[in-house]
Amino acid sequence: MPDEVRIDIADVSVSFPLYHGTNRSLKKTVMAAASGRLGQDRQQRVVVQALRDISFSLTRGDRLGLIGMNGAGKTTLLRTLAGIYEPVNGSMRIVGSLNALLDPNLGMNIELTGRENILLRGLYNGLSRPEMARLEQDVAEFAGLGDFMDLPVRTYSSGMVVRLGFAMATAIRPEILLMDEWFLVGDAEFRERAQGRLEDMVRGADILVLSTHDVSVVQSWCTRVLWLDQGRIREDGSPDDVLEHYLGHSVRKLQPEGIA
Amino acid sequence: MSYAMHDPVARAGVLEFRGDMSLATRNWLAMQDIVEGLRLWPLARSLGWLDIRLRYRGSILGPFWLTLSTAVLIGSLGVLYSALFHTDVHEYLPFLALSQVLWAFLNTLVNEGCTCFTQAENMILAVRMPLFLHALRTLVRNVLVLAHNIVVIVAVDIIFDIWPGWHALLAIPGLMVWTIDALAVCLLLGAFCARFRDIGPIVGSIMQIAFFLTPVIWQPHQLGAQAWMLPFNPFFALIEIVRAPLLGTIPPIPVWIAAVCYSFMLCAVSWVLFVRARGRVAFWI
Repeated sequence: MPDEVRIDIADVSVSFPLYHGTNRSLKKTVMAAASGRLGQDRQQRVVVQALRDISFSLTRGDRLGLIGMNGAGKTTLLRTLAGIYEPVNGSMRIVGSLNALLDPNLGMNIELTGRENILLRGLYNGLSRPEMARLEQDVAEFAGLGDFMDLPVRTYSSGMVVRLGFAMATAIRPEILLMDEWFLVGDAEFRERAQGRLEDMVRGADILVLSTHDVSVVQSWCTRVLWLDQGRIREDGSPDDVLEHYLGHSVRKLQPEGIA
Repeated sequence: MSYAMHDPVARAGVLEFRGDMSLATRNWLAMQDIVEGLRLWPLARSLGWLDIRLRYRGSILGPFWLTLSTAVLIGSLGVLYSALFHTDVHEYLPFLALSQVLWAFLNTLVNEGCTCFTQAENMILAVRMPLFLHALRTLVRNVLVLAHNIVVIVAVDIIFDIWPGWHALLAIPGLMVWTIDALAVCLLLGAFCARFRDIGPIVGSIMQIAFFLTPVIWQPHQLGAQAWMLPFNPFFALIEIVRAPLLGTIPPIPVWIAAVCYSFMLCAVSWVLFVRARGRVAFWI
């Protein structure tokens, strides 16, 4: 380990060029270039500023909650931290092993059997052979698929697919855990089963960044909250303070026992 | 909680980006992408292999449908064209079998290279993965198809009692050039087509034209006095360095030089574009 696990991002901006049906085409670019309008065209290109001047640092033990309306930039920020979107401005440095739980069905192929999907997931993470064996055992145990392990995922009930996806995603232990809110959905029975496993994982991680709408989750898991509004940080502080301003009323009385 | 020794652990690493990266940093990141992609070779191999298996899932012959359809195509075209060109079927059919199979490989690879990133959209947006992985996957998939079609070439050679001799080994350096070119094409076209969605169809029609302009169904010597023009066709040079040895002749030095020059240009263009586009592909797809 070269350094202590940490995240430092400073003045990070991420923008999406909007390529509409025609705007995306080569024809338009060539035509614009031919008529000498390329420079102007580039200036006038429609760009969505998904993140603007985001700065914060996280060190070991930090549990950051991201709140904000839909489209505020929560998922974009998670993807940026995961290294999927590379920032166009500012700087970013992330030290530590990272697992981003962003897509419940990452790499899951419904034509393959459960076992093959687990194997594939192991390959995605470049696991060694013994690690692969552990992964298979662990996922099989949690997902409780029994004989279905050797049948194609397409024959599974939707509940089984969720269990398999969840079990695979949570089987890899990271130092930095990035989590999107889909992870907290599912029916009551599944949530109960999943709760313990997720809490284990959150506890095992040095840094957690969680994006959610669920106030109670933020309250019980997070030690710090970032309120994003239209790609900017509207407020950065303790969960109680930020949630109070975000919701417009005090949340202290709802406080359940925390796990973090 | 305690971790057992073999609990799967995410790989450690340092991720560092700046908005104002220098050219050297961009080059280094592109190089990293390729190194990381090579490290994920087992994944690329599995994904490519699964692509083929799933494409033919549930069919009796499986991927051997490829072999069968290639055999039928070559058998019928071979008889037809040897009549049209007034050539001996014994001479023409082995040539056609080899040409057709090699061309089909190049053609599909170039066309699939166009979609190698856009097709992996879900993966690219869910987890940080080297883009080179998708190029490798496309190559693996097409090599597997090629392997199934090689059966036809071998069958034709046996039927017509042809043995290319030890010259055939000269195809190996040719195939190595092909491998590098294939990966370069995937990175180049994959990124380009992610940005400009109408490149795909353009590439498709260029390949269609190239098929007729390149000696695939006709033989180079049929061009007569105009044959000197052939080395200007990159596809001719590239196909010849693999095909000629397998037909038992040694490709002339100028053809080899041309092939290496074209490959070098391709790799250079591909690298420059990849260095620029690598960090942007996730935004484009």
